[in-house]
Amino acid sequence: MQKLLEVLKTNFNRYSMVIALVIMLILFQFLTGGILLRPLNITNLILQNSYILILAIGMVLVIIAGHIDLSVGSIAAFVGAIAGILIVNMHMPTYLTVLICLLIGAIIGAWQGFWVAYVNIPAFIVTLAGMLLFRGLTMLVLKGQTIAPFPNDFRSISTGFIPDFFDGSTFNITSILLGILFSIIFVILSVKARKNKIKYNFKVASAGVFYSQQLIAVLLIMGFCYLFATYEGIPYILIILLALIVFYTFITNRTIIGRHIYATGGNLKAAMLSGVKTKAVTFWVFVNMGILSALSGLVFASRLNAATPKAGNLFELDAIAASFIGGASAYGGVGTVPGAIVGGLVMGVLNNGMSILGLGIDWQQAIKGVVLLLAVAFDVFNKRRAS
Amino acid sequence: MSDYILEMKGITKEFPGVRALDHVNFKVKDGEIHGLVGENGAGKSTLMKVLSGVYPYGSYKGEILFKGEVCKFKDIKQSESLGIVIIHQEFALIPQLSIAENIFLGNEKTKRHIIDWNETILKTKDLLEIVGLDEDPQTIVGTLGVGKQQLVEIAKALSKEVKLLILDEPTAALNEEDSKNLLELIKNLKKQGITSIIITHKLKEILAVADSITILRDGKTIETLDLKKDKVTEERIIRGMVGRDISQLYPSRNVKIGDTIFEVKNWNVYHPTISDKKIVNQVNLHIKKGEVVGIAGLIGAGRTEFAMSIFGKSYGKNISGEIIINGKKVELHNVQKAINSGLAYLTEDRKTYGLNLIENIKNNITSANLNKVAINGVINNNKEIVYVNDYIEKFNIKASSLLQKIENLSGGNQQKVLLSKWIFTDPVILILDEPTRGIDVGAKYEIYSIINQLAAQGKGILLISSELPELIGMCDRIYVMSKGKITGEVPATEATQESIMKLMTKGEE
Repeated sequence: MQKLLEVLKTNFNRYSMVIALVIMLILFQFLTGGILLRPLNITNLILQNSYILILAIGMVLVIIAGHIDLSVGSIAAFVGAIAGILIVNMHMPTYLTVLICLLIGAIIGAWQGFWVAYVNIPAFIVTLAGMLLFRGLTMLVLKGQTIAPFPNDFRSISTGFIPDFFDGSTFNITSILLGILFSIIFVILSVKARKNKIKYNFKVASAGVFYSQQLIAVLLIMGFCYLFATYEGIPYILIILLALIVFYTFITNRTIIGRHIYATGGNLKAAMLSGVKTKAVTFWVFVNMGILSALSGLVFASRLNAATPKAGNLFELDAIAASFIGGASAYGGVGTVPGAIVGGLVMGVLNNGMSILGLGIDWQQAIKGVVLLLAVAFDVFNKRRAS
Repeated sequence: MSDYILEMKGITKEFPGVRALDHVNFKVKDGEIHGLVGENGAGKSTLMKVLSGVYPYGSYKGEILFKGEVCKFKDIKQSESLGIVIIHQEFALIPQLSIAENIFLGNEKTKRHIIDWNETILKTKDLLEIVGLDEDPQTIVGTLGVGKQQLVEIAKALSKEVKLLILDEPTAALNEEDSKNLLELIKNLKKQGITSIIITHKLKEILAVADSITILRDGKTIETLDLKKDKVTEERIIRGMVGRDISQLYPSRNVKIGDTIFEVKNWNVYHPTISDKKIVNQVNLHIKKGEVVGIAGLIGAGRTEFAMSIFGKSYGKNISGEIIINGKKVELHNVQKAINSGLAYLTEDRKTYGLNLIENIKNNITSANLNKVAINGVINNNKEIVYVNDYIEKFNIKASSLLQKIENLSGGNQQKVLLSKWIFTDPVILILDEPTRGIDVGAKYEIYSIINQLAAQGKGILLISSELPELIGMCDRIYVMSKGKITGEVPATEATQESIMKLMTKGEE
């Protein structure tokens, strides 16, 4: 019994934000009379928040490395504008535009990374300058106008669904099949990891616990896929998002590069004296942020079906908030990609739930501010109690 | 009134799962210098935190009497108002502010709520004279050396009309000369009626200045020795601290010394910002296989700077000279190259330059050589855990698990983690810069044993230390540095503290 309580307590500490998210989901599900978890709304929730979640992934890496990036919203707007000019005005094919835009994002990231890493100017200042610079450039290249509409293939980045190859008319069979595929991959990887641990004689969860964990995970995956199947299917953007989450979680958890990012943010001087190329780490983290900002800008332009000078306004703050709600430390060295995603979803569900309830933007802003503060305070309190 | 200025009776302080203090009795006579000794974790710092109100009244059991009156401190402010002042091991000075601003921080001299700078400077001058610090009150504290900063701390304590001064490891970061001056100052303060408690690991020092010594072990008072009455030796105190005899302070080593594996020739280093200031001047040295070689010197002699400059040019500019490892000349342009060539440098400042305090033990130990547990940049977590568990067991690192954060470990255990981190890089040469600074006798002995094991494995050790007995006890050969130059080389068998001291001050005009 004592042990069970202990396990529950550590798990509560670790997954406190996930629990908060679930409680919020249940609360809004109840308040909105069941609208929140309708297939249509779940799909919307993902489409609406995808560009923030993409930014949050990049942002949490920047924050772990001990920096901040205030310019991501402006970069997203600038890249969206470039996309508009290339596709709508110059009739360039979509795939080429996307490539060029991501490259521009990388170059912008390199520009900012250079000043932060090699000239040693605080990221706050460099990216504050970038925020103004790229917002200005956006207005300049758009000449204050909005460019629209985009062709269908570009729009489908954020509004398209994986088509049903089995023609399930009202029920999307491909979604279910994809769900089964994801479940199988998930279970195989888990079993493999467990076997490896056994090989090294480490303690593992008992077979019963392990397989019930797998069952819960599979049920969750299939549940969501079922929800999507009853609407239009799985959105493309969800696949992109999942791929990004898996990729960046792997990078941060399992690779040398990831370790070096944590080391750089945790204790810069110690990292330098351990042979970590801290300048290069900082530089590449910003390049990565630039690429993800560009992707976010493309997704947003695609969703809005327009390139506007106002695009991406305050995105940086949502992305930063998501990272901190997700447990990142303002001092660097601490944070996780899944945490940032959960943080982003907390903000997203709040937005979505309050909108359905018909709350005005004034109240929404105020409530979001309080939630951010409380979430981080809760985290600080939890950690203090744990240590 | 009794002749005790302070009486702590039956103090018990518990943390979740541990009893840090167990009915501790601690009495200090008015006007004496009282040493408080014990291993790390014995409860010295906790006891002082109880005394100063960091742990407020009610969070512990027992009674505190100051000048015969019962005290129930809620915070530090209350204990300070009675004249109880603690100077911590890590200074509470703000490096960007001036000496005067620091001394009167939180206690500003004001006239109608506006700071009276003339009064502040004047008072500061008086205080600096008492502590014997010849500096302008407006000097920025960050530009002072550690020794002088310590004096500023004491001046700050004096400004609060201190009756009972508590110094936590006051000489840990000081060289021999600064330490001597500091202890002299404490003796002078005693003449002016200020009682002092000194917490220290340096037993020789405390024997030289203290009137009595209290020994703590595992949260209990073991005994209080009156130095005027009893004849007390270092061995006597150590026996009280560890509860057993440590037959020797330095474990013996029986290693066959081999060929030269490391050589530095004509090494010169200039200051990173003052381009014409030579920090290391024509240094030549060599280390043989299985040999422990020491570098002695005063602070500012350039020992750390020399070590860091050979470790991938981590310090200095316009570096010139040759490094030869295993007979091959190597160019070490960065730390990565230095590590790959078989060099490891254990810093003297583990918290700032050594460890990532917010990270766990595992990730710290593997951080300097991740390639050893990775394939194509992907880390094998399981393999990593096997290595780390091995170090934890072998070096007796006390931690709840390998995922415990470094900041929650004691100094000795942190140092063992740092040492593991560098052993994990499979070095040919280990440069150990003050490897036993600020850690207790037991942990010191363990570190010395590890050094001996490494030598037995055929590694070369370069030991930089400010404690001369440590160098003489541990090394096969000792180089002495002064003002950036090697002023002598002595075999340990012929070395005495006096002869090394002489070489250390050579070249100081």
